[in-house]
Amino acid sequence: MAQSRHAVEKEQSTKITALVVDDNRINRTIHRRLLSNLGIENEVVGSGKEAVDAHCSGKKFDLILMDMEMPIMNGIEATRKLREMGNRSMIAGVSSRSMEEDIQEFIEAGLDDYQEKPLTMSKLISLIRKISLNG
Amino acid sequence: MDVVQLQRQLVDYRASLYHEAFLDEQFTQLQELQDENNPDFVVEVVSLFFEDSERLLNELTKALEQQSIDFKRLDAHVHQLKGSSSSIGAQRVQKVCIAFRNDCEEQNVEGCLKCLQQVKHEYSLVKTKLETMFKLEQQILAAGGSVPM
Repeated sequence: MAQSRHAVEKEQSTKITALVVDDNRINRTIHRRLLSNLGIENEVVGSGKEAVDAHCSGKKFDLILMDMEMPIMNGIEATRKLREMGNRSMIAGVSSRSMEEDIQEFIEAGLDDYQEKPLTMSKLISLIRKISLNG
Repeated sequence: MDVVQLQRQLVDYRASLYHEAFLDEQFTQLQELQDENNPDFVVEVVSLFFEDSERLLNELTKALEQQSIDFKRLDAHVHQLKGSSSSIGAQRVQKVCIAFRNDCEEQNVEGCLKCLQQVKHEYSLVKTKLETMFKLEQQILAAGGSVPM
């Protein structure tokens, strides 16, 4: 695991940036640490609406880790809105929801990937590799 | 007790927490995120868990005392608690939350009340266990030893 992490850190010749979208502060803390340990600059917001606001303010992120169930605006709605507004970040849904139809709806809203919570280093590395491959 | 004995005690104690399903693999993931730049990461995250859980348990208790129970609000709180417990690897708390959410969905008041008691019990247990573990770690550090991973 340490070797894979090291390899990912080295692979990044340009800095990847990420946005964590989650209403749970423990998840935000853990996801931030995961990203920071990989040398990825990151910011956090607590709802889908704040993610949309960040996009509207001109902020760009290579990766958005999007929780599904959030108050005010959930991850499905936020993903849909971001795509409608032309957002081209890699949006990875991160949720503990197990219902197939919920996950399907989330994917159809515009996700590039979906990972079941809790997010681990190996899951995050697989997302980062996708960004690197897609250029 | 010397450092080696304390370290052995800690390793055995940690193993028992996994064996009795108080903690799962996710807690190990948290420990792996801790390093010399963030030496207190696990304690910080677990402290957040304690704060959030206590707040949520109070909210759940109040919600279930109402004449007319708002099951949507109840479910939202349980969802938060389930998420937090899952994120730190508090497996037994998480499991009760899953049952609790089912009872919220079915608007089963009796089920919800039972689950609330169970989740309070499981939370109290895991809190005590984690505090004991952190105390052991502190004792090892105070005795000049290093905390085994």
